[in-house]
Amino acid sequence: MSTDNYSIFSVLREALRGHTGWKPAWRDAAPKAAYDVVIVGGGGHGLAAAHYLAKEFGVTNVAVVEKGWIGGGNVGRNTTIIRSNYLLPGNIPFYEHSMKLWEGLEQDLNYNAMVSQRSVINLFHSDGQRDAYARRGNAMRLHGVDADLLDVAELKRILPMLDYENARFPVKGALRQKRGGTVRHDAVAWGYARSADGRGVDIIQNCEVTGFRIEGGRILGLETSRGFIGAKKVALACAGNSSRVAAMAGMRLPIESHVLQAFVTEGVKPFIDTVCTFGAGHFYISQSDKGGLVFGGDIDGYNSYAQRGNLPTVEDVCEGGMALMPAIGRVRLLRSWGGIMDMSMDGSPIIDRTPVEGLYLNAGWCYGGFKAVPAAGHCLAHLIARDEPHPVAAAYRLDRFATGRTIDEKGMGAQPNLH
Amino acid sequence: MRIACPFCGPRGVDEFAYLGDATVKRPNADAPDALPAFVEYVYLRDNPAGLHRELWQHALGCQSWLVVTRNVRTHVIDQVEAARDVAAARSSEAE
Repeated sequence: MSTDNYSIFSVLREALRGHTGWKPAWRDAAPKAAYDVVIVGGGGHGLAAAHYLAKEFGVTNVAVVEKGWIGGGNVGRNTTIIRSNYLLPGNIPFYEHSMKLWEGLEQDLNYNAMVSQRSVINLFHSDGQRDAYARRGNAMRLHGVDADLLDVAELKRILPMLDYENARFPVKGALRQKRGGTVRHDAVAWGYARSADGRGVDIIQNCEVTGFRIEGGRILGLETSRGFIGAKKVALACAGNSSRVAAMAGMRLPIESHVLQAFVTEGVKPFIDTVCTFGAGHFYISQSDKGGLVFGGDIDGYNSYAQRGNLPTVEDVCEGGMALMPAIGRVRLLRSWGGIMDMSMDGSPIIDRTPVEGLYLNAGWCYGGFKAVPAAGHCLAHLIARDEPHPVAAAYRLDRFATGRTIDEKGMGAQPNLH
Repeated sequence: MRIACPFCGPRGVDEFAYLGDATVKRPNADAPDALPAFVEYVYLRDNPAGLHRELWQHALGCQSWLVVTRNVRTHVIDQVEAARDVAAARSSEAE
């Protein structure tokens, strides 16, 4: 690798010489005339795919093109939660693959991504909901994923601040995944970028795709704001803008773009040391290492590319928080922001070939793209390099909507704002 | 975001329920190409980043279904019409 190897020794060495010796973590590359693979979108998924292409599959003549700066989209706008507590067979192995990659990520990248397996706790409030969570936990355990059901006495030791006697949603227990937790989101983008760059990948920022060159049903390259770039293979990892980019290649996707808001408070002393979700009240929360309470809820529920939401959702999320933990009521809100979610019609993602030969699609991540970053990158790289899907992502077909093999984790039907 | 209901006047967005794209049209189930046409109707969307025609219901008001033309980059609403007027105009065009 051309970059520094980060270690205790390099930190000590730089401490002694005033931190003057650090090199940039990645080059500011200019586009070459052509590449073997061009990945559109320098977010978590695109950068991870570049890293795994170079490291696992030996494909290094690769460029990642990004219209803004890397990590400026959803990988820098999420609430940093990782988990693999899914129910359906198409999903559990994929997200568990992601969790295992998270567990080895920092060693793999030689980068501190602050992976913190502090556990993810999903609260339940009724017998029916307990049974549903027990079923989910059993499905996870059958797939070799950790899960345990907590009763109120145990839960009170972990989360003493909850309003257990709430009149509408009394807390009756929880499903816990101990290996779930949080990761420093920016560091994920930067760590993958640094690793990919060190293996020869060009990361080209401020380079917006304006069209594709397709002849005889085959991709030849892409038109960008920095000129034409030839490519044998092109992969799209454009999150909320997937439909817009795919439209340039003549495709309509089973996706609507929606806005999801997130919130952080001023820093406070250690208050909550897990991730806690209150699904019934549209609220989830964790605490960052700086002390801010990071929380969110549901998507606003209408199409949006605005990267900001509306006040009713802010109120709804904060009401959910107040109902669950009245103690947070006096904490001041520091920031709220929005990100654009590529909401697929069944709530599950797509990693697949497209009708255009040499063009691959990674999209439809809904509000769950961050936890999937390592596996999505790995499976997309596998698909590009081998031209066949990775076994754990084999269900994420683009044609599943036509064949009836949708993966509807919530059972809501083709209604993106309900997933 | 406030939606000017043609029957109730401008109301907060929290009174309204969202269904989605108003430009898709239910295909004829008896047509020979009904299956691919239904896949397109149920699942595929233009998802434009600009003006979007979409169905809202004034669920906590007069219950009317509305066709709202809204810029999804800015949330600025250009036009609100009663869905039944839009449907009537569309079917008279088809005749």
